[in-house]
Amino acid sequence: MAINTEKNSYTIIFAVLMVVVVGSLLAFVASGLKPMIDENERFEKQQNILYAMGVNENEGDGDVSFIPTTDVESEFSKYITQQLVWDGSEATEKENAYLIDVQKALAAAKAGGKAELPLLIGEKDGEKFYIIPMYGKGLWDAIWGYLSVGENMEIKGVFFDHKGETPGLGSNINQRFFMDDFEGELVVRGNTYVGVEVAKGNNDPLNNDKEDYQVDALAGATITGNGISAMIKESLELYKPYLETIRTN
Amino acid sequence: MALLSKKDANLIKDPLGDNNPITIQVLGICSALAITAELKASVVMAISVLFVMGVGNVVISLIRNIIPSKIRIIVQLVVVAALVIIVDQVLKAFAYDLSKTLSVFIGLIITNCIIMGRFEAFALGNGPRRAFLDGIGNALGYGVILVIVGFFRELLGSGTLFGIKVLGDPIAKTGLYAIGYENNGFMIIPPAALIVVGIIIWVQRSRNRALIEEA
Repeated sequence: MAINTEKNSYTIIFAVLMVVVVGSLLAFVASGLKPMIDENERFEKQQNILYAMGVNENEGDGDVSFIPTTDVESEFSKYITQQLVWDGSEATEKENAYLIDVQKALAAAKAGGKAELPLLIGEKDGEKFYIIPMYGKGLWDAIWGYLSVGENMEIKGVFFDHKGETPGLGSNINQRFFMDDFEGELVVRGNTYVGVEVAKGNNDPLNNDKEDYQVDALAGATITGNGISAMIKESLELYKPYLETIRTN
Repeated sequence: MALLSKKDANLIKDPLGDNNPITIQVLGICSALAITAELKASVVMAISVLFVMGVGNVVISLIRNIIPSKIRIIVQLVVVAALVIIVDQVLKAFAYDLSKTLSVFIGLIITNCIIMGRFEAFALGNGPRRAFLDGIGNALGYGVILVIVGFFRELLGSGTLFGIKVLGDPIAKTGLYAIGYENNGFMIIPPAALIVVGIIIWVQRSRNRALIEEA
């Protein structure tokens, strides 16, 4: 080899070239695959939203089982009858409102600015489901989910997921033994939207009392649980004026 | 193996047996523990590593004479990282559910000591053909253990293989469950992998006593 690979100038030129070559290769791959990745993410959102209104393939006490990606699009348009955006005072229909970036929209709304918050209305067996998105902080990273309530302000179903909660502890928020507890809980006490608190020592581990505004916490996941309580409350607060218009009890 | 000389064939055979990266060199244990609760995840991890190792070793070997030795570790890291990102993106596009299961570990391929070890120890000093064989051999040796561990953990822990119920239905009590068999929940958690790997090491060393280190 005639090149002196030990020279500083050579090292620097090599490093620069390497970065340029590898960088453009990765950019090429990423942009080529983006449409497919976007579609997968869209399906996942649809699966999650349907899950929160009880459209899933759960069996018995088994694991969380979503509608398969092959059917999710048709099921989604079958069950989700209206897609709205809520700007704090008015709800207007908008196509594909479910694709709105919930994190940004909720942050803008909380900061008091004008925001378009997605609000989905689903219908199953003649019942209406009002589905609102949630986004918050767990112990390590983001947590999010969907909450569906009926007109009597009873939770019809929830879906939670997380980016990096502790495996075996906080990560269990996306398991059925946690999510199923929320079903049937009331979120309004008198005229206050109190939400549902993830509570330690509520003396109701089997969650038989549906009017205590509490579900049993996960052992070892206090901060994740608090994050869940907080994000439910925050979302309810933002959607409160809308929910007031449909509330029947 | 008429296709390969004996020396070349050993590059593939050794890591599968007497010089296995997991059971003999005890490298790459972290991923062997973490993702082997299901056979499917094991297989995908093995294939991903096979790709990264095979291609990575060739790339490093091809540029081994022009890599400035001062930054050679960085160059190796860039090559692995780029390949891993490609694997990650491809999985996200074509096997989304799987990429969610593997998300963290895909990133961890970068730090898989087997890969950096083979780059540094073999690809930097050998031609691309031999480097390719060495990469494939070590990735297969790693993959074989992953699949064995995944097989036992999924079978004993969940009673399934590739998600198919092979022992009957635990809820409806059919098949083996009808006569009182229960899944062993312990097999699903990571420590169980350590025990399975330990048993493999034990079996391998009692079959070939030359592998036992002097105490």
